[in-house]
Amino acid sequence: MNTDADTDTDTRDVNRTRLVAVTAGVGKPSSTRLLTDRLVAGVSEHLDADVRVVELRDLAMDIAGNVVSGWPSQALREALEAVSDADGLIVATPVFAGSYSGLFKSFFDLVEPDALTGTPVLLAATGGTARHSLVVEHALRPLFSYLHALTLPTAVFAATDDWGAGADTHAGGLPGRVARASREFAQLLGRTRGTTGTVGVAPAATVPAATVPPARAEGGEAADGEAADEVVPFARLLADLA
Amino acid sequence: MEFGIFTVGDVTADPTTGRTPSEHERIEAMVAIARKAEEVGLDVFATGEHHNPPFVPSSPTTMLGYIAARTERLVLSTSTTLITTNDPVKIAEDFAMLQHLAGGRVDLMMGRGNTGPVYPWFGKDIREGIPLAVENYALLHRLWRQDVVDWTGKFRTPLQGFTSTPRPLDGVPPFVWHGSIRSPEIAEQAAYYGDGFFANNIFWPKGHFQKLIELYRRRYAHYGHGTPEQAIVGLGGQVFMRARSQDAVREFRPYFDNAPVYGHGPSLEEFTEQTPLTVGSPQEVIEKTLSFRETFGHYQRQLFLMDHAGLPLKTVLEQLDLLGEEVVPVLRKEFASGRPADVPDGPPAHPAVERTRT
Repeated sequence: MNTDADTDTDTRDVNRTRLVAVTAGVGKPSSTRLLTDRLVAGVSEHLDADVRVVELRDLAMDIAGNVVSGWPSQALREALEAVSDADGLIVATPVFAGSYSGLFKSFFDLVEPDALTGTPVLLAATGGTARHSLVVEHALRPLFSYLHALTLPTAVFAATDDWGAGADTHAGGLPGRVARASREFAQLLGRTRGTTGTVGVAPAATVPAATVPPARAEGGEAADGEAADEVVPFARLLADLA
Repeated sequence: MEFGIFTVGDVTADPTTGRTPSEHERIEAMVAIARKAEEVGLDVFATGEHHNPPFVPSSPTTMLGYIAARTERLVLSTSTTLITTNDPVKIAEDFAMLQHLAGGRVDLMMGRGNTGPVYPWFGKDIREGIPLAVENYALLHRLWRQDVVDWTGKFRTPLQGFTSTPRPLDGVPPFVWHGSIRSPEIAEQAAYYGDGFFANNIFWPKGHFQKLIELYRRRYAHYGHGTPEQAIVGLGGQVFMRARSQDAVREFRPYFDNAPVYGHGPSLEEFTEQTPLTVGSPQEVIEKTLSFRETFGHYQRQLFLMDHAGLPLKTVLEQLDLLGEEVVPVLRKEFASGRPADVPDGPPAHPAVERTRT
């Protein structure tokens, strides 16, 4: 397992699960990163994954720049591509003002609208007290539902007390919750591996014409060596208007 | 190879003085800039189309018609004409009229616009942006080529036995470019018709546009208009020059930092590193512009954005002197060398213009 954020993508084994963790803690060290690392380790116990951790703190200026200028820096583009290409995502944010942090949201604002369709996502958050715990359900889950991601029903919230003596020990405490979420997420990844982008999408017969990939829409175009996945043939664009 | 300027037509306060020109002053300045472009030997002047403040050019053919009367050689164009929200019948009529008045010195660039509310203001649905561009242009293309058109479409009221007048000058419609910063569908549309493709690359890193232009070139060949290298490509650019590089940076920085669209975002240094923006000496502008050929292949039209962000008219005119006297002559020579004989050195000119050139 490699948790180095600078993992060289060229050395990746295409057959291994691409697990990407996006972590939005602003301190260094941060409890959000701590929780992220626990979840990454937990999931990696169950499957052989290439792991990349995206620390949004390191990309904060780039993210702000992209929001106002419309284009990403090289480092941010690589992070967005890693997230878009992931087989599974772990996302972790601190709770700020009753919700995910602005940095966390701004990053996901930059992900292409369809890039996470069908991608399994494990939701996690950290906060000062357990009173914030429903942020994972009331803020994080709707965001990833909007992005058509496949969120794992079990999410993990860690309050400050969970890291010490005051921890809520019900159901094994934080270690137990991490272990359960990791096991379930690994199982979900095992079922969806290689199908990201299609999980949960309606069968082809019910997909509206406009979303049918050109390879299926016009066999002749795909057969002549053109990269049909990049372009909808013009005849098709015209025909859709009829 | 054609060189020219394109303007957004923004009314922006000069950040160094706090003074905002009136709309009237800005419109007069745009005309003065266009005339200066001809005077310094540039080939093209293109104006944007906008329907909201702080922009003034809502009526491009009115402005271009006036400029046509005050110039002799300059090709008049747009950057862009909104194919989504304008009635294609009115575009056909307006630009055919402009063609006659300008002796054929007219082409135009189709675009979808970048201001969301323009769609509802003109009774259109922004979610239909691409289908509107596809259908409206299909109609415009026919109106200029068929004397009598019967038409039924999804977006416009039907036409029976309609003739768009005046007919294009000498029966030859204006050359059309399709501008896009994002959509492969528009590159595909340009390729399908054998029209030009203009990549307004001024705000984005080059890798993104390499893909779009490569797609356009490949599909241009696919539709039988020529080889990929013969496709008609235009590019944007954005420069600010002084004889000494550090003077250019010092003078331009407040304008950059407060510019509409990208101000208060990335630094001038980040922006110049990642986009075509060049702030420096004429030699630096020459080198950066020549690098576009390495990135995108031989191309046919280079437009520069010179007059935005509150730069005073006097400064813009000085910039045009530098562009026309020190930059473009070198670029013409350099771009001509190494261009294969079968790769066009410009977009097709109207026959009426060809006659005046020979």
